[in-house]
Amino acid sequence: MADELIIGKKRFNSRFILGSGKFSLDMTRAVMENGGVEIATLAVRRANAGGEGNILDYIPEGLTLLPNTSGARNAEEAVRIARLARELGCGDMVKIEIIRDSRYLLPDNCETIKATRVLADEGFTVMPYMMPDLSAARSMADAGAAAIMPLGAPIGSNKGLLTKDFIKIMIDELDLPIIVDAGIGRPSQACEAMEMGCAAVMANTAIATAGDIPMMAKAFKLAIEAGRMAFISRPGRVLLKGGESSSPLTGFLEDSK
Amino acid sequence: MKVNGKILESYMPMTVEGLVLGAGYMLDRVAVELNGRIVPRSEYPRILLKDDDSVEIVGFVGGG
Repeated sequence: MADELIIGKKRFNSRFILGSGKFSLDMTRAVMENGGVEIATLAVRRANAGGEGNILDYIPEGLTLLPNTSGARNAEEAVRIARLARELGCGDMVKIEIIRDSRYLLPDNCETIKATRVLADEGFTVMPYMMPDLSAARSMADAGAAAIMPLGAPIGSNKGLLTKDFIKIMIDELDLPIIVDAGIGRPSQACEAMEMGCAAVMANTAIATAGDIPMMAKAFKLAIEAGRMAFISRPGRVLLKGGESSSPLTGFLEDSK
Repeated sequence: MKVNGKILESYMPMTVEGLVLGAGYMLDRVAVELNGRIVPRSEYPRILLKDDDSVEIVGFVGGG
């Protein structure tokens, strides 16, 4: 049986969601292809007159586009941006991102719950970006979210899985895909997230700020695949103390004396 | 009228389509909000803009 990621009505073979920010447009295609990516996020902004250098011309055909609501400071603004994104004609998926705090860029869970309800009712496939908090995540699930996207660390920080224990609680308690979004800085951290049962990993800055950007996209792809395989394989137990030989304990040098 | 936050003087009657194409946007790459309400693409040729209108023309950019 294929191991597919299911979000709303869509199915994916890749579990690597890539943000399209901070890359030069010319590099976008190579990064997406190296990462084996099937979902890419985009932002909505006032359009540049002239229509030159449109990001849509640089994203490989067949990718699922996931617009975000970045720039929104409350539920109302997020809903407005999501509706505009849908009007742009790239499907009904949306990543809700509501940020009031301009220093740490942490998401506002209360407003995110409100926006999730409105947009889910309007038929969007809603993926809320949030502070990893079980009860807020439950409210988002009740409001109709198709997946939950808790942060690992502040956006763009490359600090890794600082919220690991809280994300694990959400994985254990919720039936929706849990996708770590934000903060992941290294393939090893992406692998760790997958190993503990995350459904997917989203990254952008980790790749965009690497020395060799396309190669880092590939490193993330492999790490996410490895972590997923490890999760499915069910990692072995940890001894509380002592050791256990991996080779048979029956000696033979003594016997030949 | 105001377009993306900037004042635009227009002396001739102009439709949403005229505004969008005249400014060099590609029709299938933008979404238009007129006074806070989304205008479906099919209505661009029919809607005449007024002096006190506020128009937002948005599109996708890279983002995480």
